[in-house]
Amino acid sequence: MFVLDIISSVLLVAGVFFGLSGAIGLFKFPDFFTRVHAASVTDSIAAILIISGLLLQTSFDLNTAKLIFIFFFLMITSPTASHALAKSARHGGLLSMAERKTSDNSNTQENQH
Amino acid sequence: MAVLIDLVLLAMLAITALRVIFLKDLFAVVMLFGIYSFLSALIFVSLDAVDVAFTEASVGAGISTVLMLGTLALTGRTEKENKHSSLLPFLVVVVTGAALVYGTLDMPPFGHPDNPVHEHVAPRYIEQSPKEVGLPNMVTSVLASYRGFDTLGETVVVFAAAIGVMSLLGIRRRSEDETPESGLKEHQVLRVVAKLLIPFVVLFALYVQFHGDFGPGGGFQAGVIAAAAFILYALVYGLPLAFQVIGPKFLQLLAPFGVLLYASVGLYSMFKGGLFLDYNTLASDPVAGQHYGIIIIELGVGITVFAVMLSIFYAFASQAERSNVQ
Amino acid sequence: MSTVLAAVCIAILVVMALALARACTAPTVYDRILGVNMFGTKTVLFIAAVGFLMGRPDFLDIAIVYALINFIGMVAVLRFFEYTAPIE
Repeated sequence: MFVLDIISSVLLVAGVFFGLSGAIGLFKFPDFFTRVHAASVTDSIAAILIISGLLLQTSFDLNTAKLIFIFFFLMITSPTASHALAKSARHGGLLSMAERKTSDNSNTQENQH
Repeated sequence: MAVLIDLVLLAMLAITALRVIFLKDLFAVVMLFGIYSFLSALIFVSLDAVDVAFTEASVGAGISTVLMLGTLALTGRTEKENKHSSLLPFLVVVVTGAALVYGTLDMPPFGHPDNPVHEHVAPRYIEQSPKEVGLPNMVTSVLASYRGFDTLGETVVVFAAAIGVMSLLGIRRRSEDETPESGLKEHQVLRVVAKLLIPFVVLFALYVQFHGDFGPGGGFQAGVIAAAAFILYALVYGLPLAFQVIGPKFLQLLAPFGVLLYASVGLYSMFKGGLFLDYNTLASDPVAGQHYGIIIIELGVGITVFAVMLSIFYAFASQAERSNVQ
Repeated sequence: MSTVLAAVCIAILVVMALALARACTAPTVYDRILGVNMFGTKTVLFIAAVGFLMGRPDFLDIAIVYALINFIGMVAVLRFFEYTAPIE
């Protein structure tokens, strides 16, 4: 029991660390597509770690099943939402930082849609 | 700890509300409203009002966000510039706010055991409902049995809302079935994932519907979640396909059916010699009768709410598609 | 154990506050959606953790609803976003 608690604490703390780093990345990264990267990747790993940490606290009953359901749900929806958002931004004509630089330098750059 | 969480949540709620006031882009306002609902649901969670949090999360953050976005697609994205002086409204707001703050001074202390709410009907529900109704979730006993009449009224109100929206907007079927605009055709990943998820969402709605006697949930929340599943389908695959799955005509039958199912339980209990909505007469054992009654009326509520939410969405979305095609 | 859970809850609250700040002061509308989405997923984790902290695991039902509604909200935003022309 004691060992399980320690493993669970380590998982929880690691998950929170990734969550925090993602939130900071949301502010610090230079353009939208890198920010999507920061948010979505850390979202997934934080969800994996925190839910695994909580799973070790259950006594393997209905709550375990619900946590596993949440886990798979987040695993599927969160990357999908990020992907769809990035794709939508791309279609909307948002440029990445590198592209913006090249189009500033030589105004002949064509948008790839 | 709980006080700290409450304070942080309230602070975030206030920040969101202030931000909503000063934003001109209504699209952003709608998204912040979604956060606002999430936050107020979180406050309900931390106050241990699980059923209310359930409703707030599914209706406030889910359906009303979708409906407000549908409205924006009809009306346009920016707030109109206000030419009037805002001095008089500001005065009214300040006076009202001061009156409300003055009113709170007379309120009993927060969480005190001698408060009026804890002295009249609440102890009776807490002491008697396990014997009289026998459900583990006391909120469901109160809503569906002790206050079954109120809940019937609420279901009728939801139904009336659907009638109102239908008579104002109506559901328009387009003459040509396939338009390039319908659905998120470009998003292949989204289409596959939505197809994967929708059965589980419907399954979860059924769980909420029939597990409402034991845990948080019930007909209202289940109806909203089931409607959300079909709304997801309609958003991803387009309205024409969604109409083929559940047509607006069928929903127009389903909505009154739920209300009638609810009311018929009341009539049946009168027929068996009891009062209107007196479930004790439904079976030979009063507690078993309560269980039957509650399951059936929750089903009625669920059906009506599902049909109403989905047809309101259909009404907004079909108008939005039409106005954008032209 | 409960101190770790309490710390985790507070840290997730901090992440939620940061995401909220991002959603309030976003340079583009896409950033705003990103902040809202991150807020939603962190809320799911927060409710799950609070449920364990308070010893009320039936909070997990609400966490499931949150995860669900967050995704549907995202899809709706994208869908209606493609109707209305972006300003920024």
